[in-house]
Amino acid sequence: MLQGHQTWVFLNRPVILSSAVVGGPFEAEGPLAEDFDLLHGDLWVGQDSYEKAEKKMLEEACEMAIHKAGLQKQDIQFFLGGDLLNQIISSCFTARTLAVPFLGLYGACSTSMEGLALASLIVDSRAGRYVLCGTSSHNSAAEKQYRYPTEYGSQKPPTAQWTVTAAGAALLGPEGDGPKVTSATIGRVVDMGVNDPFNMGGAMAPAAVDTIMAHFRDMQISPGYYDLIATGDLGKVGYKIAGDLLKKHGLEIPEKVFVDCGLLIYGEDQPAVMAGGSGCGCSASVVYGHILNRLKRGELKKVMIVATGALLSPLSYQQKESIPCIAHAVSIESE
Amino acid sequence: MSDKKMKKLTPVQQEYQEFAKAREPKRPVLFNCLKAFLVGGGICLLGQAVQDFFIWNFDFTEKTAGDPTVAVMIMISVILTVAGVYDHIAQWAGAGTAVPVTGFANSVASSAIEHRTEGFVLGVGAKMFKLAGSVIVYGVFAAFIIGLIKTGITMLGGF
Repeated sequence: MLQGHQTWVFLNRPVILSSAVVGGPFEAEGPLAEDFDLLHGDLWVGQDSYEKAEKKMLEEACEMAIHKAGLQKQDIQFFLGGDLLNQIISSCFTARTLAVPFLGLYGACSTSMEGLALASLIVDSRAGRYVLCGTSSHNSAAEKQYRYPTEYGSQKPPTAQWTVTAAGAALLGPEGDGPKVTSATIGRVVDMGVNDPFNMGGAMAPAAVDTIMAHFRDMQISPGYYDLIATGDLGKVGYKIAGDLLKKHGLEIPEKVFVDCGLLIYGEDQPAVMAGGSGCGCSASVVYGHILNRLKRGELKKVMIVATGALLSPLSYQQKESIPCIAHAVSIESE
Repeated sequence: MSDKKMKKLTPVQQEYQEFAKAREPKRPVLFNCLKAFLVGGGICLLGQAVQDFFIWNFDFTEKTAGDPTVAVMIMISVILTVAGVYDHIAQWAGAGTAVPVTGFANSVASSAIEHRTEGFVLGVGAKMFKLAGSVIVYGVFAAFIIGLIKTGITMLGGF
């Protein structure tokens, strides 16, 4: 049901029946390693290319999520997936393996919440009983496509971010045990003219702020409603900017409540990530792993996830276009 | 290209960029320059040592020792690239590892490794020079222009 300008309220409260996250070797060294269902010690995941490795991880995440819910592939009505690679190959090829009716999505790193919001809408409107949504990213595959070869010696500035090697999937159903998706706010594309692809956080922060403001306006609630508000992958730079920008707009969110998935996934002892994690797999793995686990343990009751995406392509950057950004918010609550 | 006027930032965008700039960590330019100077100089020093090695131990002159020296430097760079070390050194050293011939070798080797998965023809062969290609194109072009100038001056009786 539409509420306000751009928010869906899910009156039937779709349930996240199960979720699964798969990570790579660098994520295994991070502070959230315990929250992954499967961690690979090999960046190639036993495949012969990084693209195939990413697909393999997404397949594993999807299959584990279905298995954990005690269902079979044929019970799933729809699979919604997206990733960062050209023509969203990881998701399409995973859909080929799953052989489930598939809708491909692209929202860069916001795809995780775009998928969750749409899956919730399908389940809420009874257009599907069990809907799976998933997304993935692979550090080396993303670097190859967006930046330079992995072994190329170029110096990254302190605002650069590290693409997370991970895949996450969540399975939604109309009833059952588990956290419930209560509302979702679909973001607008915001472009503040930032054109430095090594400063994604700075480019994406205004989009996150726009969506957060819209959510509170549409829902007519205050930030105190949530125990946790997590942005997708703003990193150190974007997180700071977003926090200050919210204050400037009169929305004060306590520091304990406002977190960023890109900062949670890696520790202080991993300086190679520079400003923090990014990529589709970043918000997917942190939310479907760490945050859902905390909801299930009762440490959190009401959370809002704002996944942010930078909608640039290597071509648009070379043609001197600025970076349009988007953010989608989803609230998840446990009774 | 889209309209140049459209590229102009709106006041809101300008305001945001100033707002954001104040919250971004700055590149440590001076420190980066120092590191680049030291590492770049170190690489050149190593090159000089290799050259002297060839002159002292083999029958090379200062002029002919250049070729084997460059070959050795390229080999060291490629070995470090293959071992996955070069990019880590470069993150610290910046331009220090990018400018000498070792940086050029790294850009070729890293591209070749990266695109091995697309096969030898469309991958390695086609993508090997995707970073180094522009260096070769503009290097050769610049050399051509300089050659023309030098020839012109010589014909006019200079040098």
